[in-house]
Amino acid sequence: MLNENGILFDVTLCVGCGACYDMCKEVNNLPETNDDYLKDHLSGNTFTVVEQYEEMYARKLCMHCNDPACISVCLVGAITKSSTGAVVYDADKCIGCRYCMQACPHSIPRYEWGTTKPRIRKCNLCDDRVKAGKLPACAEVCPTEATLYGKMDQLIEVAKNRLKNNPDKYYQHIYGLEEAGGGHVLIISPVPFEQLGYVSKLPNEPMPELTLNAMEKIPSVAIGGGIFLSAMFWLTKRKNEIAKEKNLLKGNKENEIK
Amino acid sequence: MKLNDMKIHEIIKPTFWKVVSVIIVTMGLVSTYSRFSLGLGSTTNLHDSVPWGLWIGFDFIGVGLAAAGFTIAATVHIFHIHKYEPLVRPAILTAFLGYSVVVCLLVVDLGRPENFWHPLVMWNVHSVMFEITWCLICYTTVLLLEFAPVVLEKFKIKAPLKILKMISIPVVIAGVIFSTLHQSSFGSLYLIVPGKLHPLWYSSLLPVHFYISCIAAGLSMIIFESYLIARAFPTEDGFNHTGLKMDILSGASFAVLIALILGFLLKIYDFAENGKFPLLTVPSTETYLFFLEILIGTLVPIFLLSYKKLIEDKKWIYLTSVCVISGLVLNRLNVSITGLAAYSGVNYFPSFDEISITMMLVVLAIFAFRVIAKNFAVFVSDESENLVNEKEVATTKQIILSERYE
Ligand code: SF4
Ligand code: SF4
Ligand code: SF4
Repeated sequence: MLNENGILFDVTLCVGCGACYDMCKEVNNLPETNDDYLKDHLSGNTFTVVEQYEEMYARKLCMHCNDPACISVCLVGAITKSSTGAVVYDADKCIGCRYCMQACPHSIPRYEWGTTKPRIRKCNLCDDRVKAGKLPACAEVCPTEATLYGKMDQLIEVAKNRLKNNPDKYYQHIYGLEEAGGGHVLIISPVPFEQLGYVSKLPNEPMPELTLNAMEKIPSVAIGGGIFLSAMFWLTKRKNEIAKEKNLLKGNKENEIK
Repeated sequence: MKLNDMKIHEIIKPTFWKVVSVIIVTMGLVSTYSRFSLGLGSTTNLHDSVPWGLWIGFDFIGVGLAAAGFTIAATVHIFHIHKYEPLVRPAILTAFLGYSVVVCLLVVDLGRPENFWHPLVMWNVHSVMFEITWCLICYTTVLLLEFAPVVLEKFKIKAPLKILKMISIPVVIAGVIFSTLHQSSFGSLYLIVPGKLHPLWYSSLLPVHFYISCIAAGLSMIIFESYLIARAFPTEDGFNHTGLKMDILSGASFAVLIALILGFLLKIYDFAENGKFPLLTVPSTETYLFFLEILIGTLVPIFLLSYKKLIEDKKWIYLTSVCVISGLVLNRLNVSITGLAAYSGVNYFPSFDEISITMMLVVLAIFAFRVIAKNFAVFVSDESENLVNEKEVATTKQIILSERYE
């Protein structure tokens, strides 16, 4: 995981220029969706947004979780983890159940509701560009290094140093490092994260574990249930037979007496 | 009476319900056409904040109410309580038609219905949805196998009957297991959204809640159905044995009572364990709906059924069954729609197309039930079976009531 790549987004450095938003649209061939990029929201045609909170700007995009809820719930395995660390989607496999949208703790995946061949849409951390040796579009274009792309261990290092060296400037928490099992997008900011519209109060264990606990019981329910039911079948059958035999005997005796 | 015996003018004679049904089905067909030609966006009220709506909610309800298919089959064929024999066929037919509606709705709801077969070849065993899909497929097959003898008997096809007889007990056992798994898994679907589902409903015990409530509601459904059937299929129409004997109804109601009490205790335990009681005093739509659900679906029926006088009175039993069914409907809608609304921040109400497709499928299922019940021996009286078997007892001294399932 630490060899994989990710993004560090530093709210204190972001000037809200929207270059990342524009470039993302460009490389992904996404149509324009809003005149004012600061007012736009994630959609089937927008993979990242820059939101304004007073003097601060906060980027929203897929967190590329380490153990993603979206991957664990997809019944056909249409969402997978790329070797780069990105969480990527294969529209050819998808059946469109939209469980991934429901399950994502950050509510990231969006849907192409308007078409008859809809796809799930979300940031894929520019997986193709990265594999071709380039930077993700947003990181490449960012003028202030507010969006930084690199190896996870290095990013964590940078983030920790910034928090340590400027304790007054930063709220002492790296968002995305542990939330929902952590992911490949880390965020540091001067204020608590719920003030910037990030989902707070997420548990630290990966979400799929919540389901795993229940799924683990399936084999024992199946086997135990099978044994129990077979036993009951045999026992109750035997019981009925004995009861009937007794009745018959009684009946015979009564007949004899008569 | 056989279908072909019916006079044409009898079939086309317009009655109120026939007209209504034809209208509903026509509207449903139009909606289905637009759903598939225009896509989900323009025909449903679903959007990014509400990815699941009425169709998924209705699947929850349909599967929950069809639960009697496995409970009754187990009671009769596994536990050998033959008193309930007359319920087996109606329960299996109900379950089969219920599941057919559910499967159709699932396909309609898929964004890519043409890929519906993908789960057969592309596996992700960590997905609850994957498990549910497979259980649905397997259980529907089980229901088919369980109902097949009725059809084969009618056409006097003997050869496959023998095989079916041989595998009947394993089939019933498999059916119970598949049902247990997917009934509870519908609850497991929501285990992964602790932050989204309202804590009144979110619980790590969701699968168990779902399982217990489906047993109570499934049985209630059969009780309620028997009432409707006795009214809708009068004896003059060629139907026999549609009315049920009192001891069967009371017995089933008693099972409902036990399941309700169990479910209620589990709720209390869950609330105590997670310190959720204070939530009950928060004034909000969720709280009111939760109270309504518990009151109608659990407390009132428990209260009514604990009176010996009422549990032996047909009318009260029907009334309680309606309560329990409404409770399940409310519960499933609360989990799948209301409980998530606060998080998504938007209100959702199904669109015309969503409603009309759902209604069409329900009407078609009722129609199918009627046709099948008319033409096949779905309702068999326990007395006639007893007679047959007593004769057998006399000749063979093999004393099992439901010979064909041994
Ligand atoms: S943020 Fe959501 S969509 Fe992105 S990887 Fe995590 S679970 Fe998947
Ligand atoms: S909508 Fe597609 S990608 Fe999402 S869980 Fe369903 S099949 Fe998988
Ligand atoms: S390009 Fe950089 S500075 Fe500009 S909005 Fe995006 S993250 Fe902020």
